[in-house]
Amino acid sequence: MKLHEYEAKELFSKYGVKIPPGKLALTPEEVYKAAKEIGTPVVLKAQVVVAGRGKAGGIKVANSPEEAYELSKKMFGMNIKGLTVKKLYVTKYLEVEREMYLSLIIDRATRRYLFLASPVGGMDIEEIARTSPEKIKRVYVDPSVGLRDYHVRSIVSWLGFKPGTQQWQQAASIVQAMYRIMVEYDAELVESNPLAVSKEGDVIPIDARIIVDDNALFKHPDLEKALEEDPRDVTEFEAYAKRIGFHYVELDGDVGIIGNGAGLTMATMDLVYHFGGRPANFLDIGGGASREVVKEAVKVLLNHPRAKVIFINIFGGITRADEVALGIKDALAEAGGAAKKIVVRLKGTNEELGRAILAEVGVPLFESAEEAAKKAVELARL
Amino acid sequence: MTVLVGPNTKVVVQGATGREGSFHLQRMLEYGTKVVAGVTPGKGGTTVHGVSVYDTVEEAVRKEGANASVIFVPAKFAADALLEAVDAGVELAVVITEHIPVHDTLRAVNYARARGVTVIGPNCPGLVAPPVRVKLGIMPNNVYQTPGKIAVVSRSGTLTYEISYQLIRAGFGINIAIGVGGDPIVGLDLMEATLKVASDPEVEGIVVIGEVGGDAEERLARLYAEGVVNKPLVAYVAGRTAPPGKRMGHAGAIVMLGSGDAKSKIEAFTSVGIPVAETPFEVPQLLAKLLKK
Repeated sequence: MKLHEYEAKELFSKYGVKIPPGKLALTPEEVYKAAKEIGTPVVLKAQVVVAGRGKAGGIKVANSPEEAYELSKKMFGMNIKGLTVKKLYVTKYLEVEREMYLSLIIDRATRRYLFLASPVGGMDIEEIARTSPEKIKRVYVDPSVGLRDYHVRSIVSWLGFKPGTQQWQQAASIVQAMYRIMVEYDAELVESNPLAVSKEGDVIPIDARIIVDDNALFKHPDLEKALEEDPRDVTEFEAYAKRIGFHYVELDGDVGIIGNGAGLTMATMDLVYHFGGRPANFLDIGGGASREVVKEAVKVLLNHPRAKVIFINIFGGITRADEVALGIKDALAEAGGAAKKIVVRLKGTNEELGRAILAEVGVPLFESAEEAAKKAVELARL
Repeated sequence: MTVLVGPNTKVVVQGATGREGSFHLQRMLEYGTKVVAGVTPGKGGTTVHGVSVYDTVEEAVRKEGANASVIFVPAKFAADALLEAVDAGVELAVVITEHIPVHDTLRAVNYARARGVTVIGPNCPGLVAPPVRVKLGIMPNNVYQTPGKIAVVSRSGTLTYEISYQLIRAGFGINIAIGVGGDPIVGLDLMEATLKVASDPEVEGIVVIGEVGGDAEERLARLYAEGVVNKPLVAYVAGRTAPPGKRMGHAGAIVMLGSGDAKSKIEAFTSVGIPVAETPFEVPQLLAKLLKK
């Protein structure tokens, strides 16, 4: 679950970090009110959970409540990388002395927590890594040891602060807060970028980003509730798929993809691409799928606006081919016939039964996944 | 004998009376695995498919001599199940369960590793070794009927079965297939599992199946360049068309903070001379070519 900036900052604040004064607004009227209360100039920040929203016009400075009102009218409803802006976060515009980068992730290779710190910030870590890799400091924290003062000292001095100063204290408490949020909220990423030194001399996170492990949401009912009220980057299809129990990711092509298992489904997408087509989606029905699940999956793609053809690639270990075929048949029956071409490659137990069922409803079954992929690409071109 | 398992591998299934646990316990028995015990707290004293069920792993180890565990326990309790298996003294634990919170996995896996216990998974199909007919996991028995000299190491499940099936159709046999798991944090990662199978003199060729996310493939390529993996190796990487920032089914299959895309992995492999298959169906061909040399 990706937290909005305002939610992430609320968490930072809860853990004792000083954040720029800010208010969430859902209408231009609320923006006007917030700007007046906070005192202009203010920054209007679109609350969409994508990186690079500033470049896409999702961050604007307003010098008066009136200007904030007018700007916000254009910002609400704006589309940023496929997401609609419904919330604006109005924050005090702060003049800054310098910008830094600080994030915390789980490092897969060493199985430890990893702080990435850079005395230059404001751009994303990929860009820092490209332009000035020597500026990035990595500090590893073993979960069994926890965050110690020496870790904190190492990070804070790298960021350019002097021991014994108030700024050092503020930066150190931000490092500690980020670590606590990481562990206590089951986060995968806690990031402050830019982390800034303001004109007044305070160390302040200008932006904050937190991603919480979806598998741990059951431990955090407050976040579960927030996600339910605001599904953020989850598309309608993705939300529906999750309820049914399969993994779904929206892509931008026109060949609908259904597979079983994440690896095989990705390989199926790649196969379509290899033969010159473009996958419309990723849909993994998982292992041992029932007739019901297959039916729902096919229905999703029959209703998909972009998918012109549906390519189903199943390698059944324990999945039964007849069960899959019946699911396809059911979906077609409910839709009142095939509005789209379906191409199937199906290996598994009861393959002959499956073949007979598909022949009955006129769906071609391919022996080779490569031949099936070629056919799907060809049909999408028609 | 293969690496990790052999005729003396005695298995306890944790979560043995659940739907998945009992189904796969039976399939493991059918394959030939010595499943000596099941564990489900509160169900001690019962049996499942003729196997005695205990309340604790400690009892299963003490009374039945179990030395390996396969875990089917639900996600909320799975990390604890792993810790229990480690404390009970098993040498190998295979965690099938998907959706375990990653911080829980981090602690449990580190605990196990610090005590010398090999962990496969979580979120994995397990491992299967046809020469000794031992399966600790959920791989389809019908695919793994042909013993041989090829090791398959993979981050995927179904794709492992698919590629194993293609290898067997092309005339190869399987020494061992290990699905290391689709989570960001796993016990034995793709690189470590490859090193493990490479150390087996019985293994003549290795197929590595990677996917987007993390850097295990890149680390493996670096080691290969240093000559640490002294076996012919063919790779396939799933997810060339995976968009950044999206999780492709597996929790670990995500391109994040600019790292982990398929392109970087494929380049890492090819730059050190490891052939990378364009599609899963090209793998047997590439392997045959490599082994002929």
